[in-house]
Amino acid sequence: MKVLVPVKRVVDYNVKVRVKADGTGVETANVKMSMNPFDEIAVEEAVRLKEKGVATEIVAVSAGPSAAQEQIRTALAMGADRGILVEHDGVLEPLAVAKILKAIVAKEGPALVILGKQAIDDDMNATGQMLAALLGWGQGTFASKVEKDGESLKVTREIDGGLETVSLKLPAIVTTDLRLNEPRYASLPNIMKARKKPIETVKPADLGVDVTPRLTVLKVEEPPKRQAGKKVGSVQELVEKLRNEAKVI
Amino acid sequence: MAVLVLADHKDGALTQPTRSTVAAAQKLGEVHVLLAGEGAGAASAAAAKLPGVAKVLTAEGGAVAHGLAEPVAALLVSLAGSYSHLLAPASAAGKNVMPRVAALLDVQVLSDICGVVDADTFVRPIYAGNALATVKSADAKKVITVRAASFDPVPAEGGSAPVEAAPAAEDPSLSTFLGAEIVKSERPELTAARIVISGGRAMASAENFAIIEKVADILGAAVGASRAAVDAGYAPNDMQVGQTGKIVAPELYIAVGISGAIQHLAGMKDSKVIVAINKDEEAPIFQVADYGLVADLFKAVPELEAELSK
Repeated sequence: MKVLVPVKRVVDYNVKVRVKADGTGVETANVKMSMNPFDEIAVEEAVRLKEKGVATEIVAVSAGPSAAQEQIRTALAMGADRGILVEHDGVLEPLAVAKILKAIVAKEGPALVILGKQAIDDDMNATGQMLAALLGWGQGTFASKVEKDGESLKVTREIDGGLETVSLKLPAIVTTDLRLNEPRYASLPNIMKARKKPIETVKPADLGVDVTPRLTVLKVEEPPKRQAGKKVGSVQELVEKLRNEAKVI
Repeated sequence: MAVLVLADHKDGALTQPTRSTVAAAQKLGEVHVLLAGEGAGAASAAAAKLPGVAKVLTAEGGAVAHGLAEPVAALLVSLAGSYSHLLAPASAAGKNVMPRVAALLDVQVLSDICGVVDADTFVRPIYAGNALATVKSADAKKVITVRAASFDPVPAEGGSAPVEAAPAAEDPSLSTFLGAEIVKSERPELTAARIVISGGRAMASAENFAIIEKVADILGAAVGASRAAVDAGYAPNDMQVGQTGKIVAPELYIAVGISGAIQHLAGMKDSKVIVAINKDEEAPIFQVADYGLVADLFKAVPELEAELSK
């Protein structure tokens, strides 16, 4: 089966983001950008499915600026076969991305789309569920284990209080949680090979998708800062302070 | 128009994040509560008693019995015509269902809101809570998940709303529930606990979490973990506090052997009092801690247990 893996270009995990002085957003100029960490887990899972002979072809797709080609190249270096860039410079909300992906699914006909559960920039946790809804497919979100089971997919999900296992009719959507796998680092030979793999570029309009945002950002501000408190010298002092000063125990 | 809250319920009771979601919903209009899944009937009595709730709807069996996203979303969409806003706690269940509902209604979901400005305008954290965005939605209906830690829960008693069965919704038959492994614990839920004690990578093993658990049991606290501890296999993912785990804001948060990565701080920095125990005095956790103790946790935590037992 063909597997589609959407990947998002985001501010790197290790960057301490700064709110712009004019309150319109966060500073993204001259900041290190990377593939969203949960999307790396998605790529890894697709590659493992291919190594097991379950997946036949992996298509990595990114919706974003032209520079998102870098993240597609990373996916190709990890083992994806080819890429599609849906080039758009403005804001893309999860609903718009889901509509773009629906159009790509119509063209490519994958049996499975694996996405990260959440992008670490907008923290929406929505695109996978929204794509599943638009396609009328089942969804296995927050997956910690994925197994092909005949014509269906068995997905173990991280839920409040423990784990849940569901069976999804294929085609289906899976979104990744942390414990699904540990993504590999691309080897140098594979990075070189990835340069030769094809990336097709399209625009949302070519796909007939209206990506007009539904949300207007009125302002972006820093949360209230917490002040560092005091150091205590011993466990006894700590307990005394918690009892008599903070009065929380 | 009224607003509808999809409740999380367990063992015939509502979760505390559900009561926080009702508190957020009350800022938007008359509140109706929907309970779906096994035990909905039993929990409906608790929902009916919430002050300010005007109606309770239940859907107990059939396709929604196990709370699968596809039939629950279909049920919400079938009810959506009567409501201006649809809300759920930003729990694993709410985050699974609500974006699906939003897409079916062709609206952009508002995830994890921490403030209500007006009927169209909401505040939500982005970049692991390092920025707060105020956003105005142009959609006719709003589909929202609520960060429970940001809203004081409504009291458990005081109302007397009528309970009705929700009309049966279609079953999309896209997925099947196979089973669940729920960890049995006498300790309070992480997101509802008054005190939380969490361990980080410095715990060094799953077994070592026992020393934290002893303190938790004395304090009646929930036990949490940093992502590093979860990644290392020392604690289950369900215990993860942080950007990609649970968001907590207890009265007392005790961070043990946690360095304080921004992703962890995102999940606990709104706690009222923060205690950090770490042997690295440069650890960033001390920058947000009200009380810091520079010490080896394997010495300090048993001492803490002994001191609290006195």
